[in-house]
Amino acid sequence: MTGRQDFLYYLTLHRTGLFVTLMAVALVLFPLVEDNPYTLGLTNLIAVNAIVVLGLNLFIGYTGQISLGHAAFFGLGAYGSAIATVTFELPSWPSMLLVAVLVALVALLVGAAVLRLSGHYLAMATLGLNYVVHTVLLQWDEVTGGPSGFAGIPSLNLAGTTFDDPISLHYLLWSFAMVCLLLCLNLVRSGVGRGLAALAGDETAAASLGVDTRAAKVKVFVLSAVLASLAGSLYAHCYQYVSPDTFGIFASTDFVIMVVVGGMGSIWGSVFGAAFLTLMPEWVEFFNKYKDFVHGGILVLVLMFLPQGLITGLTDIIRVRLALWRRDHASA
Amino acid sequence: MLRLEKVGKFFGGLPALQDVTMHVPTGRLTALIGPNGAGKSTLINCMTGVLSPTSGSIRFQDQEIAGLPAHRVTRLGIHRTFQNLRLFPRLSVLDNVLTGLTCEGGASMFMAMLRLPYLRHRERRLRLKALEAMDQFGLADKRNWPAGVLAYGDKKRVELARAIVGKPKLLLLDEPVAGLNAEETAAVGEQLRNLRRAGHTILLVEHDMDLVMNIADLVVVLDSGRCIATGTADEVRRNPLVLEAYLGRMEATA
Repeated sequence: MTGRQDFLYYLTLHRTGLFVTLMAVALVLFPLVEDNPYTLGLTNLIAVNAIVVLGLNLFIGYTGQISLGHAAFFGLGAYGSAIATVTFELPSWPSMLLVAVLVALVALLVGAAVLRLSGHYLAMATLGLNYVVHTVLLQWDEVTGGPSGFAGIPSLNLAGTTFDDPISLHYLLWSFAMVCLLLCLNLVRSGVGRGLAALAGDETAAASLGVDTRAAKVKVFVLSAVLASLAGSLYAHCYQYVSPDTFGIFASTDFVIMVVVGGMGSIWGSVFGAAFLTLMPEWVEFFNKYKDFVHGGILVLVLMFLPQGLITGLTDIIRVRLALWRRDHASA
Repeated sequence: MLRLEKVGKFFGGLPALQDVTMHVPTGRLTALIGPNGAGKSTLINCMTGVLSPTSGSIRFQDQEIAGLPAHRVTRLGIHRTFQNLRLFPRLSVLDNVLTGLTCEGGASMFMAMLRLPYLRHRERRLRLKALEAMDQFGLADKRNWPAGVLAYGDKKRVELARAIVGKPKLLLLDEPVAGLNAEETAAVGEQLRNLRRAGHTILLVEHDMDLVMNIADLVVVLDSGRCIATGTADEVRRNPLVLEAYLGRMEATA
């Protein structure tokens, strides 16, 4: 083997690690290049959305189920942290953990009850859950502040640093996002992840290979809810204000569209999808004005032409073309 | 190894299996044959937990497995292939074969997310096992292809490799040569004979009579949901009940 081949082999072997490192370096350097608070506010929002979408994509892409209520878990995380830190004056980091555990229990209750049934009952159940949560946030004035929202949430503190300006928040939020990204990548590349990929591909076959399909679905659902809750807590501390409208049905469908744009089961695609949908209204005024139309249009078009999702669908086409090309050239 | 006692399966009120009693001996290649609609697939689905039998008992190494969910049966050591291929077309050939080692992954989701060193070692070991199985079936040079683009015969072999890689105690093959040409059928027959010689216990469900008669130690014949004959290939071939099931009643055709 020549040195060049060795090098290329090394690259393919460690490509995931390399990509993660490159992205981390780019993110560390980003505030040095771009210190416009507005832009940083947007990229910070991408980080928060990406955490939700990573979990939701694991669930949609690896169990073949759909949740139309992840904004509920996101909202429970945000309001949970708000209430714990302001109303009960608990320290913010432990409350973030506590809230995540509570949200995991809610998801476990919903998931264990509904995922016993085959079919897309979970989509309905989560949709209902989202309605309930949204209504409670809106109506229970004494606790949640009602339609006018919940203000005065403290910023996060760590080792003497207060995360209250866009640059420090950039580092905080993206650290969380990168850790979540890394955990998800690890999961997907493990034997457990292969079992999940099998589950997404063919439930009967997966069960016959030894995957406990029901337990796997519930576990991934709970995991995705925990990530959404975490993102919600970060969101609350980052903006120091939450209002019910952020956590409605449309937020849930937006998360699903981010998954669809990124591609079912694609971890990197999740980050792309979150970035794409967060930035799109900023680029073109038309998209901002007719946001819901555009989002609906994207969803329909992608699912019609690339049912695996935009990025995954495109890479699939390339992979298949490449393999077919190789096959024909090998036999020729 | 596997013992069925009076297994029955009803779909609604319709009997698909009635009082099926049979035995798959250790270290042998047992063939399950029967005309279309005899209940072969239903029976194999009952054995593997895909379906739960309405009555009767299925004992695997003295453990009752009737009604256990599919993944539990698999973890006990019964691996299978499917009549209509059930590969994962988007995964590579290597990953498809690796899914056959799911039972040996033995890690929780939490551990997997942390990618601990011991898991990486285990993963490397599983990879070697998978590559070995792929070598055995002549798939090594196609390991990175998405399984969906393989030719039909290759897909069948991937399924075999996936079923075999976990070193099952009992291997259930549901029509492994359906849709293959004569040459490929002979190759699969040879591989099955090798597996049998290596000490595997195999239950083969098959339509291809030549293959069954050539390689089976024991033949079980199923007709209309009932077990009508058991014996060596020669015994079964001469059994009037079997001839009747396959060729029709003499009076009826005359």
